Amino acid sequence: MNIIVCVRRAPKTDARIKAGPDGKNYDPAGVEYDISEYDKFAIEAGLLLKEKLGGKVTAISVGPKDVSRDLRNVIAMGADAATLLVSDAAHDPWATASALAAKIKALGFDIVFCGQTSVDSQSAQTAPILAELLGVPCATVATGLEVADNKATVQREIDGGKREKYVLKLPAVISCQKGLNKPRSASMKGIMNAKKAVIEEIPANAPANLVNVLKMDMPPPRPAGKIVGEGPDAAKKLVELLRNEAKVI
Amino acid sequence: MANDVLVYIEFKDGKPTKAGLQALGAGANLAKSLGGSAIALVAGNGLDAEAATLGAYGAAKTLLASGDAFAQYSPDAVAKLISNQAQATSAVAVLASATSAGKDFLPRAAAISKAGLASDIVDLRAEGGKPVAVRPVYAGKARVSVQASGTLFASLRPNVFPTPAQGGGNTPVTPVTVAFGLADLRALVSEIVAGAAGKLDVAEAEIVCSGGRGMKDPATDGKQNWANLEKLAQTVGAAVGASRAVVDAGWRPHAEQVGQTGKTVSPKLYIACGISGAIQHLAGMSGSKVIVAINKDPQAPIFKIADYGIVGDVAEVIPALTDAFAHALR
Ligand SMILES: Cc1cc2nc3c(=O)[nH]c(=O)nc-3n(C[C@H](O)[C@H](O)[C@H](O)COP(=O)(O)OP(=O)(O)OC[C@H]3O[C@@H](n4cnc5c(N)ncnc54)[C@H](O)[C@@H]3O)c2cc1C
Ligand SMILES: Nc1ncnc2c1ncn2[C@@H]1O[C@H](COP(=O)(O)O)[C@@H](O)[C@H]1O
Repeated sequence: MNIIVCVRRAPKTDARIKAGPDGKNYDPAGVEYDISEYDKFAIEAGLLLKEKLGGKVTAISVGPKDVSRDLRNVIAMGADAATLLVSDAAHDPWATASALAAKIKALGFDIVFCGQTSVDSQSAQTAPILAELLGVPCATVATGLEVADNKATVQREIDGGKREKYVLKLPAVISCQKGLNKPRSASMKGIMNAKKAVIEEIPANAPANLVNVLKMDMPPPRPAGKIVGEGPDAAKKLVELLRNEAKVI
Repeated sequence: MANDVLVYIEFKDGKPTKAGLQALGAGANLAKSLGGSAIALVAGNGLDAEAATLGAYGAAKTLLASGDAFAQYSPDAVAKLISNQAQATSAVAVLASATSAGKDFLPRAAAISKAGLASDIVDLRAEGGKPVAVRPVYAGKARVSVQASGTLFASLRPNVFPTPAQGGGNTPVTPVTVAFGLADLRALVSEIVAGAAGKLDVAEAEIVCSGGRGMKDPATDGKQNWANLEKLAQTVGAAVGASRAVVDAGWRPHAEQVGQTGKTVSPKLYIACGISGAIQHLAGMSGSKVIVAINKDPQAPIFKIADYGIVGDVAEVIPALTDAFAHALR
């Protein structure tokens, strides 16, 4: 099994975000980073599959040079190799997926795992675009996965608490949702491996963005609320306010 | 026409979805400011009569695709259809709802068309004769206004755009043919696994009642609290949501998680019970129209963004609130 895992580095979810001097991108001052939350499920899916069927897990990221540190962590978790497609630009999902697709085609693949969405750009687009570019089937927001006989059976959540089941012929692209698995931490052996590992770094070959940011701003702050009261006695007053003041019921 | 807006409308049980009508309304407004009209696109069999009614919600005409390829839902079929019709109509913008299906098929459609897609948008307008979409990023901590270099594809967050009032007459329905069948599709649903019957989804519900760690373990001392919360939800027609702490503890299914790594909700009323209000939770629900918080700690951060708060124990406040709602809604 040739397993590819797409890993994005994103500002930590509790980072303070404000618009930078260009008014289009966030100000990176003081921002700390981590691997985008859902990519941890993608990494785990790749490692579990390798443990079951054998093969090789390669992590790929498009990002600035220091993302190699995050890729080293993915090797510490158990990945066999990692490639950083180096770029400082703010790519849209089309451009990111194009850069990833070029490298993934060159590497060859049986299955590609992505996160279901990035926690920063929140586009939820890269996996399906990647699948189109690679010309292979795709299932998004997977919460269940079984791979056997060159087929992936994927369960995905749909609205109303229902789940859809898809059977995809490999190769395929799958985007991973929380609940699919429990991501592991790095092992001692993994950390030793990661120290010696060579992270391939090549310039990202990305086309121009199709979506262009005109400006970034902050959502209007919510007006200050009020404490209606204490304990169960406040319930009646609250319902009155919801009906007569807020007019939501 | 180059100023027309194509809107794909999802149907459920033979009727257009509310989110679909909201997208249509937004599309009609955009088309108007660009000097074009809104074209509705529908896929499915036996929908002719219902498809015509979209005229009452702002569509100037309706395109209906039916046949073998749409007998069974496939994101690939819908994606191909949308991409084909985007080209056939030379639409300036292509819209759909950011439902779980919309988020799945629209990126594929945009990729086939090599067009830029703005996901999960909360505002849409014309600027200098071109569509501009606004979308939250960084878990709602910031927003970006975006334009596309060519046709703008956009998925619209449900419950943010108003549902258009019904008015006007039917549209003509034009059948569209597609040059593919089931056999040409890469991914087909093989089975639908039902969740709990009649369960409302947090992302679509108009009212959400969420519980946090303050509700306690449903297996032990929190059993009554969660039963009370279910009853409250039932009384007001709400979906039950949860904080991540509760989901990670295995108290509730992850489909209910609200927040940065859960679902983003924008109901008209969000009731947070025993939830502290961590930034990652706020990320998923601060777009709600009205927020109510119940927490025993008056210093809990959730009160900073709540419109109305009650300081108290969920064990006492939730049942009292259920009674008050039942009385008011009678
Ligand atoms: C990468 C990352 C992603 C995350 N994503 C999410 C996400 O998507 N969604 C999410 O919710 N969290 C998320 N979190 C977790 C988040 O940081 C918080 O840990 C979590 O939201 C806390 O849940 P809580 O409010 O239920 O629990 P707590 O913070 O423990 O709060 C419990 C609250 O209940 C109150 N309380 C206790 N007893 C009672 C009582 N009897 N009556 C009334 N009130 C009572 C307490 O005063 C307290 O305010 C994420 C964290 C990280 C690091
Ligand atoms: N810069 C990137 N490098 C590698 N993978 C990425 C990158 N951006 C997005 N992805 C992958 O695509 C998923 C969805 O991202 P997005 O489309 O931005 O929501 C992420 O969870 C990653 O798996």
